[in-house]
Amino acid sequence: MKPYKILIVDDELSVRTSLKEWFLEEGFTVETAESGEDALNKMHTGPYDLILLDIKMPGMDGITLQKKIKEIDEDAIIIIMTAYASVDTAVEALKLGAFDYVTKPFDPDDLSQLIRNALKQKELTSENVQLKEKISELSGVDDIIGQSEEMKRVFEMVDTVAETDSTVLIRGESGTGKELIARAIHSRSKRRYFPIVAVNCGAIPETLLESELFGHEKGAFTGAQYRRKGKLELANGGTLFLDEIGDISFKMQIDLLRVLEGKRFTRLGGSDEIQVDFRLICATNKNLEKLVEEEKFREDLYYRINVFSIFLPPLRKRKSDIIMLANHFIQKYARSMGKPKKSIASNVQEMMLEYSWPGNVRELENAIERAMVIGKGPEITIEDLPLHINTTEKSNPGKVKLSDLEKDHILRILEETGGNVTKAANLLGIDRVTLYNKMKKYGVKR
Amino acid sequence: MNEKIYIAFINGHFPPFWKNLTADLRRCLPYPFEHFVVNVDLKLFYSMDRNQYHSTLLLAQLLKFLPEDGEKIVGVTDVDIFIPILTFLFGEAQLAGKGALVSTYRLNNHFYGLPKDDELLYQRAMKEILHELGHTFGLIHCPDYECVMNSSTYVENIDLKRNRFCLGCQKKLGVTCQEG
Repeated sequence: MKPYKILIVDDELSVRTSLKEWFLEEGFTVETAESGEDALNKMHTGPYDLILLDIKMPGMDGITLQKKIKEIDEDAIIIIMTAYASVDTAVEALKLGAFDYVTKPFDPDDLSQLIRNALKQKELTSENVQLKEKISELSGVDDIIGQSEEMKRVFEMVDTVAETDSTVLIRGESGTGKELIARAIHSRSKRRYFPIVAVNCGAIPETLLESELFGHEKGAFTGAQYRRKGKLELANGGTLFLDEIGDISFKMQIDLLRVLEGKRFTRLGGSDEIQVDFRLICATNKNLEKLVEEEKFREDLYYRINVFSIFLPPLRKRKSDIIMLANHFIQKYARSMGKPKKSIASNVQEMMLEYSWPGNVRELENAIERAMVIGKGPEITIEDLPLHINTTEKSNPGKVKLSDLEKDHILRILEETGGNVTKAANLLGIDRVTLYNKMKKYGVKR
Repeated sequence: MNEKIYIAFINGHFPPFWKNLTADLRRCLPYPFEHFVVNVDLKLFYSMDRNQYHSTLLLAQLLKFLPEDGEKIVGVTDVDIFIPILTFLFGEAQLAGKGALVSTYRLNNHFYGLPKDDELLYQRAMKEILHELGHTFGLIHCPDYECVMNSSTYVENIDLKRNRFCLGCQKKLGVTCQEG
């Protein structure tokens, strides 16, 4: 069992020493601080399971310190100690989220009981957070953050369409969170107790996509040693999410249209018709209207999937959400890495607002994860962020060629991904082949 | 460990049946024990506000009496002791250190308005001395309620404990308690 870590904050040496001894005998890891400032410095070295604060200290008092600690670790379990109990301060401490308020000196049994209860609370809180994280990992809906007008409209549309069984087309650049929106619609729909099955059509070669969607019978093709259910069958009762629908082949468009019209299909190599019931949600970052015009996407399929369309704005168009999202990711990674929460230095905030975030929310999340891994201090600084965010984009864009900008950007993304073309293509929102072509055009080597 | 563990009866306070003490302690701590009387001016550690004696300061004074051939010293007193943060203590020890202090004040039935029971007082004192010595050997509180290293906040907790370490604590100490 991991020993609990406790912080004792009191200006009196004798109190710190005697409490420290008591907790050491109980098997705790104990640290002490003689002032509020000292305690705040210690808070940045790691989360504590329990914090005991003296209310009356020279300089920063316990109530102010409690507020500041809660800003760093909102789940901190704080017990306020005082030699002079007053109802007003007790009420104030509890209102601000203290776990309890005790008068010095304590009865040994009261202290034992208090600590046991506080730790039980801590365990329950951690368990609750872990379970919520697990659920949100599965549904992914907690990561949809935004207070901008654009996102408010998106949330309204999600709520409106979720209750219906309509087909939804989610549009937006790569990394804007299209899959999260699909999961949010599913989790609010009447089909939420059935699975949501996601298929990334752009990531699967055409020959495999067919068997992936429709499944196959034993012996349907070389290597088909067993009967296998396809994603259409697996989504029965739930939601089928087809990501990058604009990338599917013409033949697959015809097959898919047939299924959508009759909700019936046969497995590859099979003859029995299988009836399925699913709700369809599609997503794309392509201009489907243009593809229809160019006869690369079937018009009838376009109308079939474009019943209710939700457009996700790129991050650069909802700048008011950037800092909120960044703080959300800081909290998320602080929890998962067991590190204290960091703040964002004001110059970094400015830089984040100026940056265009071509990889959108996914790029922002990656940047914050990286900063949480490599950052040392209590603040995220410029040095903690990936290099390409770190460079200003305001240098007289009117005189720069578009091709130069594109080349520079490709170089930066490749540098960030360590030369991994798949990851770079993903961040750039284009497919690998396109990226290879562009690299060839600009003479870029991995 | 070849050096001795000293039991210091502060100002000549001998609990009942004290002559059995070293033999009983040796059943779980097979080291040479010696006992002696130390005279301390207890007024120096008295707190008028609390009508109690400061345990940590008294323990610091006691350590000055540790003879050269002594590894550890445990003081026994009949005054009511405290540390600033707690209302009372049965005993105090330096974790993995040299000194410990036990007070019989709240181990005595008399304190609770009950009839005198010397045998019970002796058992409680012996368990507390063994408990505090366990701390000086680096043991922390044990969740096993029968183990002498279980934390006691009431005298009834002490009565529930056995006068020996549990198997886990024996293993940590590298000793085997003999039946007695």
